[in-house]
Amino acid sequence: MCWLCRRKLQLNMEDAFKYIRQEFPILSEKIYGKELIYFDNAATTQKPRRVVERIINGYYSTNANIHRGVHFLSQRATEAHEAARERVRKFLNAGKTAEIIFTRGTTESINLVAFSFGEAFCAEGDEIVVSVMEHHSNIVPWQLLCERKKMILRVIPMNDKGELLMDAFIQLLTPKVKIVAITHVSNVLGTVNPVQEMIRLAHKSNIPVLVDGAQSVPHMKIDVQQLDADFYAFSSHKIYGPTGIGILYGKEALLNAMPPYQGGGEMIGQVHFNHTTWNELPYKFEAGTPDFIGSTALAEALDFVDEIGLEQIGNYERDLLNYAEEKLCTIDGFRLFGNATNKSAALSFVLEGIHPFDTGTLLDRLGIAVRTGHHCAQPLMDRLSIDGTVRVSLAFYNNPGEIDTLYNALKRIRTMF
Amino acid sequence: MTINEIQDQIIEEFEAFDDWMDKYQLLIDTGNELVPLSEKYKKPQYLIEGCQSRVWLVADYDGQLVHLHAESDTVIVKGIIALLIRVLSERTPSEIMDTDLYFIDRIGLKDHLSPTRSNGLVSMIRQIRQYALVFKLKNE
Repeated sequence: MCWLCRRKLQLNMEDAFKYIRQEFPILSEKIYGKELIYFDNAATTQKPRRVVERIINGYYSTNANIHRGVHFLSQRATEAHEAARERVRKFLNAGKTAEIIFTRGTTESINLVAFSFGEAFCAEGDEIVVSVMEHHSNIVPWQLLCERKKMILRVIPMNDKGELLMDAFIQLLTPKVKIVAITHVSNVLGTVNPVQEMIRLAHKSNIPVLVDGAQSVPHMKIDVQQLDADFYAFSSHKIYGPTGIGILYGKEALLNAMPPYQGGGEMIGQVHFNHTTWNELPYKFEAGTPDFIGSTALAEALDFVDEIGLEQIGNYERDLLNYAEEKLCTIDGFRLFGNATNKSAALSFVLEGIHPFDTGTLLDRLGIAVRTGHHCAQPLMDRLSIDGTVRVSLAFYNNPGEIDTLYNALKRIRTMF
Repeated sequence: MTINEIQDQIIEEFEAFDDWMDKYQLLIDTGNELVPLSEKYKKPQYLIEGCQSRVWLVADYDGQLVHLHAESDTVIVKGIIALLIRVLSERTPSEIMDTDLYFIDRIGLKDHLSPTRSNGLVSMIRQIRQYALVFKLKNE
């Protein structure tokens, strides 16, 4: 029974939390003799027992290379891998499993599109639109494409609250633009961008849109058909699944028009020295042996998340975020970055006069794991005129008591300088 | 005092505290007392870039002793810099090159010298030794 079901059955909150935390053995670890408080979930989430067990069982009972085998185990592994693809399709509400491509993660998904879409559709003088709050993973692949094709990268600015400026965005949508690549949720500010509206605007000019979903997928229900996204990328490890596997959703027509990203096994139709043909979707984009154990463990993580319910997860995390912001803002010199009306589970701040590195180092000694620095978003740091922040990013296994501990720790740190 | 006597002195100062936050308090206080580096040295040629923090390092040589001046934008790194200066500054190039910096490990700050910390300290120590080598070669 999931913890929220227990909550509905009027079990008290404390028991519900004990239950959900038990699913994550690492949360019982002691750090420097203190209870671990893990607030680095935007970097990676912890794994529930059942995901880890799925990996173990995969290697114990289903390990054989997929797709090319005539034998029983290979068939079993292939079925499990393809069932995982179907699970992801359902999770994103994509139209077809052919539109679900397994990659190594969000970064590789974006690189794939930047390369293959670029080869198919881009030429000298064309433009690409990204936003000022992108992770480096949604900037650098496009810069590489711009260098390769002599194209120009355009940037959507934001206001001081950390919200993208829609008027400026509309201005950027000229006939020269070949693709828009935007993050759904900022990994630094927590801003939830109005991607559905942005996609609608871009489509009015016949411009396709790639959405970086690394920070959105763990916190909200995504329906790629409702969004009408052309590409949607996310990473398994940020949604309680294993590392090293990710997803690229792409519309079938676009994917069919794009050349392969990498060459190798599985992605081919026929190989001859004078001519090679490509396999059909999604295999055309999956060169080499895929992570067929990781894919099934990702499916297990999605089952886990869906059993709790993404809506409940999102609501709970938003309450927790509001609680954290209200409480931490009372600390002397606490400066919050990102006041967007629509925010997800990340909170960035500095304590005035104290370097984020110092704050993070001391929090670590108190057993609290946060991330400090530029968070792979240096252009955003430039926009904010700062070197870095301390970021607290939440998951549904965090609780108000942990926020209280953080509050007390920050107050203590405040007095040390 | 010899270099190792100073290292032992630092170890003793830190061993006086059991609680880690008290050790860090000492480090922060030490960092706050570090003589600030003149603004004229806060230039790219003196900068050692870390991912998490920045360190500026200047080394002078008077023909006999090496004089070190350094600063960082984070107070904890400044504290470690102050300790390194206390140990390594006003020493001969040979002394600097031959020193085993065991005090950092013994006071429990070894993890700050891990390359993954990216705080510029590893590069700073390497840089100090390189300066010492250059000064030594100059002298010969």
